[in-house]
Amino acid sequence: MSSETAATVEPQTPWSTPRAIRIRTTSVVALSAAFAVVVVLFTGVAGIDGWAITFMGLSIVVVLARTSRAGSKERKDALMRVIITSAAVTAFAPWLSIFGSVILKGYLGIRPNFFSQDMRTTTPDDFLEFGGALHAIVGSLLMVLIASAITLPLGILSGVYLTEVRGRLTFLVRFVVQSMSGVPSIVAGLFIYTTWVTATESFSAFAGALALAVLMLPTVARTAEEVLKLVPEDLRAAGYALGARQWRTAFMVVIPTVRSGLTTAAILGVARVIGETAPLLLTSLSNSALRFHPFDGPIASLPTYVFGYLQIGTEYAIARAWTGSLVLLAIVFVLFTLARRFGGKDKR
Amino acid sequence: MTVIYNREDKIFRGVVTGGALTSLIVLGLIGVFLFMRGAQIFGDKGIQFITGTNWTAGSGDGVIPDDFSIGAMLVGTIVVSLIALVIAVPLAIGGALYLEFYAPRRIRRTLVTLLDLAASIPSLIFGLWGIEIFTGFGERWAVLINNWLGFIPIFSVEFDNFGRSPFIAGCVLGSLIIPITTSVAREVYSRTPRDLVDTCYALGGNKWGALRAVVIPYGKSGVIGGAMLGLGRALGETVAVYLLLNLVFRYNFRILESEGGNVASLIATKFGEATEYELNALVAAGFVLFLLTLVVNMTATTIVQRSTPRA
Repeated sequence: MSSETAATVEPQTPWSTPRAIRIRTTSVVALSAAFAVVVVLFTGVAGIDGWAITFMGLSIVVVLARTSRAGSKERKDALMRVIITSAAVTAFAPWLSIFGSVILKGYLGIRPNFFSQDMRTTTPDDFLEFGGALHAIVGSLLMVLIASAITLPLGILSGVYLTEVRGRLTFLVRFVVQSMSGVPSIVAGLFIYTTWVTATESFSAFAGALALAVLMLPTVARTAEEVLKLVPEDLRAAGYALGARQWRTAFMVVIPTVRSGLTTAAILGVARVIGETAPLLLTSLSNSALRFHPFDGPIASLPTYVFGYLQIGTEYAIARAWTGSLVLLAIVFVLFTLARRFGGKDKR
Repeated sequence: MTVIYNREDKIFRGVVTGGALTSLIVLGLIGVFLFMRGAQIFGDKGIQFITGTNWTAGSGDGVIPDDFSIGAMLVGTIVVSLIALVIAVPLAIGGALYLEFYAPRRIRRTLVTLLDLAASIPSLIFGLWGIEIFTGFGERWAVLINNWLGFIPIFSVEFDNFGRSPFIAGCVLGSLIIPITTSVAREVYSRTPRDLVDTCYALGGNKWGALRAVVIPYGKSGVIGGAMLGLGRALGETVAVYLLLNLVFRYNFRILESEGGNVASLIATKFGEATEYELNALVAAGFVLFLLTLVVNMTATTIVQRSTPRA
């Protein structure tokens, strides 16, 4: 063994920003942020929005000052970096604020009774220890289940048409599905009102489910198509080569291959409609008692629950509305997580 | 190549075609039923239905006649949606460019996930957030705009009451359509051919140079399509507008004045206590809204489909 020590090689990262420059950038940003706070404290500019605008203005000034000796190309690049980042922050602020406020204001009402009681014997202004949204959650789930039972087969058929049958109407079907996804939710509600509700002379969970189905179908159909498109052509060819008819290939080879993808389609459809309020105002109305019957009179749902208590407008009613929103948002979030989980499975 | 299908397959193809055509049938039925129910109103009022501004329920005995028209609400719909669009589109483009080209990789993945989630926040929650949280900010901005730009007619006000104005509703609708517009724009930008961008860098261009020369022109029609999808959503929005605006039946172009409304919120507001005839008028209004959004969406679809090469 030789006695000389081997020189250790430090890994170098010549492409990354040097430490000194990073520290300088951070301190400049921090200084302008602090200066913006001072401006907010001592001038007429107020609030977090005032601070943000001051900060963005300052950043532009700083960037212009620092690139004053560089060419116009560099100056523009630095300037646009600040402008695009500011635009992005502004674009993301509203929905980040929504996530934040729904969680902060909604969690107050998250108590066991919120999930175990209805509002039959509770007035909106009772303390949050009384009453709950069980009836609304059950109503929403009931309607969404019926709507899924209607749309899922239709959506899958539509996807199968676009990817397997590939008939003459392919373009038309794709176009109609796409345009249908833009039908305003209130119009879907009116449609079911003029047909089903008028014919049966009663508002019901089933009517609400029909309206939701109209809104859900395009989402399910489109996602199903996307998913079925991922099936390799070889699999179909293999099916035919084994002597299977087209329908057997479709049902026994193609569809089972993307089973979890189709689950994703259903989940995304549910996420699309679970928060729809407007159509339910015209078809299922609302109710303060727990009901299960799909054809028997008005029924509660989470969106109409939130909407109703928001309209009442007293302190505890609004607190209930926030909690309802939190539950709604949590459901959407869970559905999305599930969709991602299932969606990842088919991709190889 | 001609393919010959046997009976089983013909049945299969027939059933699947039938299933695929349900969306076409439903879309057709929506139009037919709404038109039939509204036909009486269209007959009674003619073109006045979409130009007039009155919405008066009669007294029933004929002393005060029924007078229903949606001109004011149509104007309100368009004004609010345009405000939303003017706010949302530049921000969405900025957001999309940031996510695709500027954001650090770790932040980007989180933000993209959150963005997908945000696109499916129910509009009701936007409405709730709008009245409970945003109105405070919005009113302050409205006062500032009125102070500095009040000499421009659309920013003038009759009464110094800045809440519940089309401006605030427009801002909330803008926030509502930012996620969907951003995610369409990001899709399109991410499909820019990598070679073209690299060529720009190779020629000595910097990031903004590449964006301006390649990415933004390449994504133009896709972004326009995304914006129109957002517009379609804004035009048909019900509950958020219902919660944020007071229905006032006159043409209102002063966006800071606290009056307005749109067709969808008109339907939701008047539905509960409407008489038979008024209900027909509401359905007729729904038919007009349906046509309007259908035209916008079909245009958007055509633009998006043309700009995205089919795999």
